[in-house]
Formats: sequence, structure tokens, C-alpha cells
Amino acid sequence: MITALAVRSRIPGFASIRLGWLGWSSLITAMLVLAPLVAVVWNVFLPSETWPHLAATVLPSYIWNTLLLVILVAFGAVFCGVVPAWLVTAYSFRGRRTLEWGLVLPLAMPAYVMAYAYTDWLQAAGPVQTALREISGLQVREYWFPEIRSLPGAATMLSFAFYPYVYLLARAAFLDQPASAIEAARLAGYGAWKIFWRVALPLARPGIAAGAALALMETLADFGTVSYFAVNTFTTGIYRAWLSLGDPVAAGQLATFLLVFVAAILSLERLQRGRARYGGKRTPMVSQRLRRGRALAAAAVCATPVFFGFLLPAVILLGLAAGEHDEQVGARIYSLAANTFVLAAVAAAVAVLVALLLTYAARTIKTPLVQAANRFAVLGYALPGAVLAVGILFPLGKIDNAVAAWMDAVFGVKTGLLLTGSMTALIYAYLVRFLAVAFQTVEAGLTRVTPSMDDAARSLGLSPARTLARVHIPVISGSLATAALLVFVDVMKELPATFAMRPFNFDTLAVEAYNLAKDERIAEAALPSLLMVGVALLPVILLSRQIARSSPATKPARSPAATELRRSQRRRSLASPEDSPTPVSIDESA
Amino acid sequence: MIQSRTGRSCIRVVIGGLCSAFLLTGDVYGQEKILNLYTARHYQTDEAFYAGFTKATGIRIDRIEGGEDALFERIKAEGRNSPADVFLTVDVARLWRADQAGIFAPVVSAALVQRIPSHYRDPDNKWFGFSARARVLGYDKNRIKGGELARYEDLADPKWKREICTRSSSHPYNLSLISSMVLHLGEEKATQWARGVAGNLARSPRGGDTDQLLAVGAGECAVAISNHYYYVRLMRSKKAEDQTVVKKVGLVWPNQMDRGTHVNISGGGMLRHAPHPEAAVRFLEYLASDEAQTLFAKGNNEWPTVKGVKLANPALESLGHFKADSLPLANLGKTQATAQRIADKVGWK
Repeated sequence: MITALAVRSRIPGFASIRLGWLGWSSLITAMLVLAPLVAVVWNVFLPSETWPHLAATVLPSYIWNTLLLVILVAFGAVFCGVVPAWLVTAYSFRGRRTLEWGLVLPLAMPAYVMAYAYTDWLQAAGPVQTALREISGLQVREYWFPEIRSLPGAATMLSFAFYPYVYLLARAAFLDQPASAIEAARLAGYGAWKIFWRVALPLARPGIAAGAALALMETLADFGTVSYFAVNTFTTGIYRAWLSLGDPVAAGQLATFLLVFVAAILSLERLQRGRARYGGKRTPMVSQRLRRGRALAAAAVCATPVFFGFLLPAVILLGLAAGEHDEQVGARIYSLAANTFVLAAVAAAVAVLVALLLTYAARTIKTPLVQAANRFAVLGYALPGAVLAVGILFPLGKIDNAVAAWMDAVFGVKTGLLLTGSMTALIYAYLVRFLAVAFQTVEAGLTRVTPSMDDAARSLGLSPARTLARVHIPVISGSLATAALLVFVDVMKELPATFAMRPFNFDTLAVEAYNLAKDERIAEAALPSLLMVGVALLPVILLSRQIARSSPATKPARSPAATELRRSQRRRSLASPEDSPTPVSIDESA
Repeated sequence: MIQSRTGRSCIRVVIGGLCSAFLLTGDVYGQEKILNLYTARHYQTDEAFYAGFTKATGIRIDRIEGGEDALFERIKAEGRNSPADVFLTVDVARLWRADQAGIFAPVVSAALVQRIPSHYRDPDNKWFGFSARARVLGYDKNRIKGGELARYEDLADPKWKREICTRSSSHPYNLSLISSMVLHLGEEKATQWARGVAGNLARSPRGGDTDQLLAVGAGECAVAISNHYYYVRLMRSKKAEDQTVVKKVGLVWPNQMDRGTHVNISGGGMLRHAPHPEAAVRFLEYLASDEAQTLFAKGNNEWPTVKGVKLANPALESLGHFKADSLPLANLGKTQATAQRIADKVGWK
């Protein structure tokens, strides 16, 4: 029996008989998520006449703009995310508790809404420049004023909108790292900067990289902000090929190149993460108290992104909303808010479950197929939503029509379309688009669970499922909550898929805000935008508390099994200073 | 155990959500007295149409408001089982492209043919324009005298160097303007014209039409290219700063002495697989009725395409009558890709 298992385990795909259901269900899930991408990539095999035109005229500048934007946002988001994350973790100062969760708030503010608010405020006809002219007596063209609707402007908006991804994942990583390393560094006489650069930062690298990858993928997929600012990026090019030039094939081909580019970024991120796994003694890190000048400086650094990414645009929106009374929105607003909340909550739950399934399958089953499926399943995040919507509609419509025809022929029942245009299709679309968010977060969490813990659990006789339930989930519950929140706010802000796939008479706050803004009624768009922020606030606050509670640094483990495992792991790490570099695979243990 | 409790409530949320998902998809098919509308119009004043139609016919309207291209793709994907009866959109090129994809059915309706002028509808009556949107020029009254700027062709005059504000060339409103130039002047002259306009821009294209009018108001440029209803909206605004802009900015109705001002339409048609074709035709006819035509003017400041309809909109009426380009709008769709190529070539972003 054992020999038979061992023989079969060498055949890829049949690696594990005992874990078959996990492997297969993860594979099938990954394939479902991949289907729309295949529909997009398929265009590469079709002929298109638009290419030479695009390549000769606009494409080079689109690529250049995209690269520049990505680089600027990478710097902006990492700086705004990592530094505050470290400050609120390692130090205590006045206002830290508020900033700790306040730093997440910009997540609730869609980038395009922020763009509308800042444009209204800063453009030549806006209040700032008008006041400036009144004070100085100058005319519009007689002075220089930074132009918000420009590439640097877009980079600023996107940095403020997306840095919370980096902040959340970096903070989770900082909280989770072994305090002993920091303490050792302190004893060795390292200064604050040296500890940050040489110890904390390298340890938190997987989290930071995962957060940055999310921010960059969001940047690549952004259409609302860049099109409003008329910054032509690769995404703009895709839309132009599709809508203005009427060549969906060329659009699909461009989208495929975007996918390849993103796959490259993700591989780089993975490469730099390498096989590193961090473990060790998790004792509470003692935060150092800052005083006076230093405390003030730390608070100021942390408050800056909150101010520009949330407070200021919210105040501008409030001002706009106060000036407009829109009765029709007023009457519908509660149903809009309820729709938004339910949709986002369901999508978040589904995405986290699927992400957990995929990451855990990849962790336990070392089959190349499962690994590869996971790598690809997250790519949907970087596709512009409208392209993805087409990619989803196409296979879904085919299936729906086939089912309807079959039901009609066999049973004489007219079912109509069961999937397209139902909530199921919409949730599916969100899953394809936002799985990456949940996936990156859960995976970053799982890397912090040392292989020796799996090892110990398995040797104590726990099945993989129970290992997951009793060891992994308790340890990474902070990451799971983070993942759920990120998907929640992302779904709440999402537009193109919602636009293309929602059921009849079903609007969300984002749809309402965008419709009004697109109709150039920014002031009326302010109210639904503010409500979006309001709907997101509750989960954001819950999340911040969850992070603080669940981190091993600040709270003892809840599950007795996990505590036991940590003990055993500690003993092991005392015995051998390094964790086993190759994680235990099922084959070996079987 | 907090974990399992959160886990259980998660599962409950998921199951609840899925159940409600199936409930929501329920009663779309086969029922009488329903019209399923896919519309790219998203003006709150449109609620008045829907209410008016239901009141007149007893037919309920279920609708999805969305981006025209997303809805169009959805109709294509849904194919023969699509629940959609009518598709409304706001740009003639989109109507043309939708027709090319074969999603519309010809409508036999004496009322529609009689009321809507032939250049505002498809030659085979597969789509109809219900409201017209004129592309006008807003100008700084202090810097430009009347008559100095009278035609679209004038926009290419070097004397307006660094004086013109407009939105991106890839926006349908600009594409249809460039298309009309191609149709009237030929591709070569239209390219020269577009190059001239691109060279005269005060700033790289950005923002919407309202932003261009505000920029003229603030003195950033002397001329703005905009659809007329954005100006009318500013006229009807109660805000002091909007009134200042209206005072400072005058409107030019281009090419009044020759072919007339370029207009685009908002319109729609019945879908080939419409489950409720009778309701669909009745809805289209309703949109061409006096009542609905007045609502287009009153609610969203658009011009009715049916002649002799009451506007019930003093601001719009104050603009007076103008001569609209009578070019058959169906032609604009065909030329749109050419228009975008021209814009890309001359660097009109």
C-alpha cells in the first residue's frame, strides 16, 4: 500500500491521494478564475490592422507614461506606507492610537473621487487659485501653479489611494517579526535608523513587496484617474483601440501584453522573496516612547498621508455636497448603500475562502500544476476592469446560452440566462478581479507560519484540514481579516464590472458617484462618494482592531493547539538554529 | 472560540448572499407589462420619462444604466437569450457600431418615421435619435469680438495659438466632430485642420466639457469646445461662480452661414432578441412623443429631434434657433476610426 502511494506520488497531478480533494478543488477554482483571462489572451491569435498605426503614433508614449507612473507610485506608496507602519509599531507617541487605524482610511476613498475633489479645488477656476489671484492681483497666466491634471498629479493621487495596501501588509509584518532580533540589534548598539534599515526592513520585505505589487497592479488597471487627467497610459491605449478605433482584437492583444508585464513584476517580487522563511521567538516588541520634538515629528510624518489621502478630499467633498441638494439621490441613497454593503461583504467572504484554499493547497501540495495555477490566478487584478468584464461576459454568455438551449430542448423549460446579469455573475467577476488582493495578503501571512509548525502538527497526527483550522487560521487570522477588508473596499469602489454585469434596477454607491461625475456633476457626486467612505469606515476600524489583537506580538495565541505548537517550535529552533529551508511536502510525510 | 464564530458568520453571509442572488434573477422573463431597458443615459431627470411611460401604458420599466460599451458587450454576450428590449445610448457612433454587430431589429412604426427627421435615424429604421446635442464654442467675451470666430475651420487659425481648451480627442463628442470634418472636407483637409487645432491648444486636453467652459471663465483660454447643454446647465445653476462664468463666456453656433452646427444624438433602438417587442416599440414611440420630447429639453437641456415641440426651458429657449448640420448621422460612425487615427497622427491627445 505504501509503495503504491509512493509510486503514484511521482506522477504530477496524482501527487497525493489523501489530499486529492484539496488539490483538485484548488485546480478547478484556479481554472474558473483563469477562464476570462484566456478569453482575453485568445485575441493574440486573431488578426488586427490597428497595430501599425498604434505603434507608429501613440504606443511609445503610452508605454513611457505607464512606466513613469508605475515607478512614481511605487516610490510614493512604499514611502507613505512603510515609514508610518514602522513608526506606529516601534514607537509610542501622542496620537499613535488614532493614526494606527487612521492610516488605513484613504482605502475608503476611490482614486477617481479623490481626483475629482482635488481637481475641483486646485484648477484655475477653483477656490485655491481664485483666492490666490484675489490676493496677488495677478491674472491666470501670469503665475505658475502646479497642474494637478498631469502625470505627477496622477501619481500623487494613486500613491495616496494605494499606499494603505503597503501600510497594512508592512504593519502586519512588523508586528509579527521576532522582537528578539530587534532587541539583539539594540543591545549591539544599533541606532534607530540602523535597526530599521538592517533588521526590520529586511524581515518585513515579503509583506512590503506584496503590498507594493498590489499598489502597482491597481495603478496599471486604473482608468478613472488617468483618463480624467488625460494622462495617456497603456490602459488608455487599450480603451482607445477598443472604443475609438473599434478594434477589440487589438485591445485584447494590448491587454495581453499588460498581463505579461504584470506576470514579470510578480515573478520579480517572488524572486526577491526567494525561499526565505522567517521564524523565531515571537515575544511582544517593546515600543519605545518618543518625547517632544521626536514625538511631534513622528506624528506629523504619519498624519501627512492621512491628511492628503483622506481628510482634505473628504472636506472638499463635504463642502461640495453641502452646496447641492439632490432629492433623487436622497431618496435612493439607503438602498444604494445597502446594495453596496451586501455585495462587498459577500465578495470579500468568497474571495478570502478561495484565496485560503489556493494558498493552502499550494503550500501543502508541491505539484507544479497547482503552483502554476496559483501564479496565474491572480493576474486578473491588473487588467483594466472593462477588458476583464468582456473576458468574463464572453464565456459566461456561451455557457448560459448553451444551458438555456439544452433546458429548452430537453425539458421544454425556458430558463433564460441564469448566470449573466445575476448576482452570481457579479460575485464571480469580483473574484476574478480581486482574488489577487486576498491571495497576496493571505500568502504573505502564511509565509510567516514556519514550516516547522506544519511539521509538528502533522507529526502530532493532525490532518491537513485540521492543521489549517487549528494552527494556520488562528495564526494568520489578522491576515485573513486584512484580506477581507481589502477586497471589501475594492469591491465597494469597483466600477467597470459592476457596470457591465449587475442585475436590473441594482445600483451601487460607486455607480451613482461615477454616473454623476461622468455627467460633470461633481458636486452631486460628492454625496454618494462620502457615503462610500462611510460604508467603508466600519470595516476599516474593525480591521485595525483585529490586526492589533491578533498579532502574536501583542497577544498570546488563542488556540491551545497553536500555543502548543509554538512551544514545540521554539524547542526545535533552540535545537537547530535554522528552520528547515525546504518546507515539508505531503509526499515525504506520507 | 472567536475563530469558528467568525467563520460561521462568514458562511452565513455567503449563503445568504447567494440565495438573494438567485432571488434577484427571478422574474425577468416571459411576463407581460415589462420593458427591459439597457441605457447609457444616466441623467436623473430621465426618471420623468420612465414614470411618464409607465403612467401612459401601464408597462413597468426594469433598467440597467451603464457605460454604453459595457452594455453593448453584455448584449452581444447574452445573445439570443438576452432579456434586453431596448438599448439607449448617447453617441451616434455607438449606435452605428451596435447596428453593425447586428443587435438591432428594424422597427416598423409610422409615428417614428413621421416624427423623427431622416438624418437623425438609421436608413433602415434600426435606431432613432431622440435628442440632439450641438457642439458649440464658448468664447471669452472680453477678448474675442462677435464674428471673429464663426466656423469650426477658424479653430485652426494660428491667431488662436495657445487659446483653445478642449477635452481628449478620444472622447466620442470630439471624435464625432472630427468625423464630421472628415466627411465635409475630406481626410486630407480634416487632418490639416486637426493639426491646426492641436497646435492652438492652451493646455493638453483634460477634464470634461464643463471644465473647458470654466477655464475660459477663469481666463486660462479664450475658446472652449463644449456641448451646448453644459453651458445651459451653468446658466440654470444657482451658484454665484457659475453665473460669473456665464456672464463672461459667450456662445458661438459654428457654421451658421454654411452647413450648420455639428450635432450628435442620443438615441436607441429595439433589440433583435427582445422578449417584449411590442413594449419596445411603444417605448420608442413614447420617446418621440411630445411629452417625452419636452422632457429631453426640460430635464437635460437637449434639443428635441421632433420639430415644433415645446421646450419648457427658458434658458435653452434663450439661446434662440440655430441651423444644425443635416449630414446623415449614420455616416459619422463609419468615419470614427479614421477620426481617431487623424487625432493620434497630429498629436491631439
